[in-house]
Amino acid sequence: MNPNLNLWLIPLLPLAGAAINGFFGKKSSRKAVTTVALFFSGAAFAMALLVAFRFSSLTLPYHEFFAHWIRSGNFTADFSFYLDQLSLVMLLVVTGVGFLIHIYSVGYMWDDPSYYRFFSYLNLFMFFMLTLVLADNYLLMFIGWEGVGLASYLLIGFWFTKDSAASAGKKAFIVNRIGDFGFLIALFLLIKHFGSLNFDRVFGSVMPLGIETAGAGLLTAIGILLMVGACGKSAQIPLYIWLPDAMEGPTPVSALIHAATMVTAGVYMVSRSHVIFQHAPIALTVVAIIGTLTAFFAATIGIAQTDIKKVLAYSTVSQLGYMFMACGAGAFSAGIFHLMTHAFFKGLLFLGAGSVIHAVGGEQDMRKMGGLKSFIPWTFLTMGIATLAIAGIPPLAGFWSKDEILWRAFQASPMYWVIGVITAFITSFYMFRLLYMTFFGDYHGAEVDEHGHGSHGHASHGHDAHGHGSPHESPMVMLVPLMILAVLSLVGGLVGIGNRFETFLAPVFGSAEGAEAASHTTELLLMGVSVAVAFLGWWLAYLLYYKRPELPQRIADSLDGLYEAVVHKYYIDELYAAVFVKPLIDGSTRILWQGVDRNIIDAGVNDAGDAARHASDEVRHMQSGNIRSYAGWVAAGAAAVIAFMIWMGVR
Amino acid sequence: MVPLSYYLLLSGFLFGCGVIGFLIKRNIITIFMSIELMLNGVNLSFVAFAAHWHALSGQVFVFFVMVVAAAEAAVGLAIIIAVYRTRETLNVDQVNLLKL
Repeated sequence: MNPNLNLWLIPLLPLAGAAINGFFGKKSSRKAVTTVALFFSGAAFAMALLVAFRFSSLTLPYHEFFAHWIRSGNFTADFSFYLDQLSLVMLLVVTGVGFLIHIYSVGYMWDDPSYYRFFSYLNLFMFFMLTLVLADNYLLMFIGWEGVGLASYLLIGFWFTKDSAASAGKKAFIVNRIGDFGFLIALFLLIKHFGSLNFDRVFGSVMPLGIETAGAGLLTAIGILLMVGACGKSAQIPLYIWLPDAMEGPTPVSALIHAATMVTAGVYMVSRSHVIFQHAPIALTVVAIIGTLTAFFAATIGIAQTDIKKVLAYSTVSQLGYMFMACGAGAFSAGIFHLMTHAFFKGLLFLGAGSVIHAVGGEQDMRKMGGLKSFIPWTFLTMGIATLAIAGIPPLAGFWSKDEILWRAFQASPMYWVIGVITAFITSFYMFRLLYMTFFGDYHGAEVDEHGHGSHGHASHGHDAHGHGSPHESPMVMLVPLMILAVLSLVGGLVGIGNRFETFLAPVFGSAEGAEAASHTTELLLMGVSVAVAFLGWWLAYLLYYKRPELPQRIADSLDGLYEAVVHKYYIDELYAAVFVKPLIDGSTRILWQGVDRNIIDAGVNDAGDAARHASDEVRHMQSGNIRSYAGWVAAGAAAVIAFMIWMGVR
Repeated sequence: MVPLSYYLLLSGFLFGCGVIGFLIKRNIITIFMSIELMLNGVNLSFVAFAAHWHALSGQVFVFFVMVVAAAEAAVGLAIIIAVYRTRETLNVDQVNLLKL
């Protein structure tokens, strides 16, 4: 029998923090808000560590019933929690990275007037994310799924007085609705055919079914619909457009929600549903193709971006594509492995970017940076590590997970591998481009003065760095999370050596079949290629952005049209605007508003009103105020009643 | 023994007089008297039926009607006096403030 782990506390602790800060934060001091926010997110992390500590003594999967929710006929969906190796990994990533980012935010958001609101939202996000991760049925997962969407909307639009932030929030929310629609339909299909949304029961009923090799069937439909949901949440083609815009939010939000945790919810959901996908090879292929294309496509856009956060945003989309590529290749554990390492190094990159933005006084354009490595050495060091990690330089975290994915993708189809390797090259290139543009060369920015800080909330500093107006290092409260994440990016990949990570997750996904079939030589060869392209990308970035900084402009000029297209993100936003948004707006204006609303609904209501007024205008003459006429009406009425009674009696 | 129909005819005649007076008269007091006439016309039919069927309930009902009529007369006359004091007329055609 399992001991009671009190898993319910893990999501509810941050909820309590969100409620306390949300209701009382306005009147409390910043210190009190900080204490509450850090205590509750830290407590969730501590609980997660406790769970991890006792993990080996559990019989898995561990179920915990918390409260009844829906019981209708045979269908039940309860507030109950589910813990296995997969949820444990997610639990630790979410609470751990989440807690670090909470600490970082204390420094970053200190000067913001809505300090308490920020932490209330951040804790709320943790609550929903943990609900999503720990749910034991799809419906509870969906609650968390929608909840993180809500928290994401609130945090993207955190500076809602800025028009672009408010509309970016709306864009994220609306694009996610499209994905959620697919997810919901998948849930309806599950209820219809399996009568349950409980993971164990659904997968238990799917297991004995045959694999849908010949043509698409029910499971394929469910799988593809689930993938539609995942596309929305995890920013895959064609629904990735919201993520770059989401960079309008505060940088810690980009780190936590739009890099480390929420956007990986789609990967988690697909991995959680691996039983369904394993029975539906077509759906799995769809996942792999979407992932591969997204990885490549987003990486190419990343090359030409000049906003430091936009580069990271497209990089995130691209890396998420890798995770889906892994899932699509059937290597779910590789996907989750990359999810974990990505949370470390991409969280670190975003936090580092926040530190850079903070150092140069709110500037996000990399062309106005440069030469920052001597001003902010710690930020440079940590971001450098993260860049090495994401580029796939051994032995850092990204190398192990990306290599695992590429290896498994190669086994599924060499085509995935080719695109994956090209993407790895581009990734390495744009990340080192970012590093060189930001930290090397000469400083191109304006002198940082006190005024320049006003737009971005961040910590006040004890020292007098503001006096001489040069970029300055962030306070310790921001640097410590950077360093911890840097250490994790350095060593986080080592858990994957010798398939240890895969073995750990094997009870969930089943052991990796076929991995041994291919020869060791091939694996080493492929590994060599991916390392080589990583260094090649590094070298190219070094050449173009350090040695010969005038070259990129010349290349851009010679590639005129193509370069323009990349800078404008292939005009995808414009395409969507023309194909979907504008017809919708026009249709709503012409047909729904001017047509239906004005001419049918409004006109109907107005006509009914007019008719009543005209009728009453006629009838009101009865009401003469003359008592004898009233008496006459009464008498006539009485006579009519009597006549009716007599008629009834006669009949 | 006077047959029942005679009573009923008289009762109907009285009620009809009341209705006609109620409708055509302009003086409030006359209208009021017409109402009393209608009530008593009905009362007559009650007692006539009570005597005919040897049932007391009709007669009891008449007492109720008389009590109510007395109360109504008290209230009604008070209202008439109040109307006269403010409007200085008892012509109902001139008491028409409720008109739209």
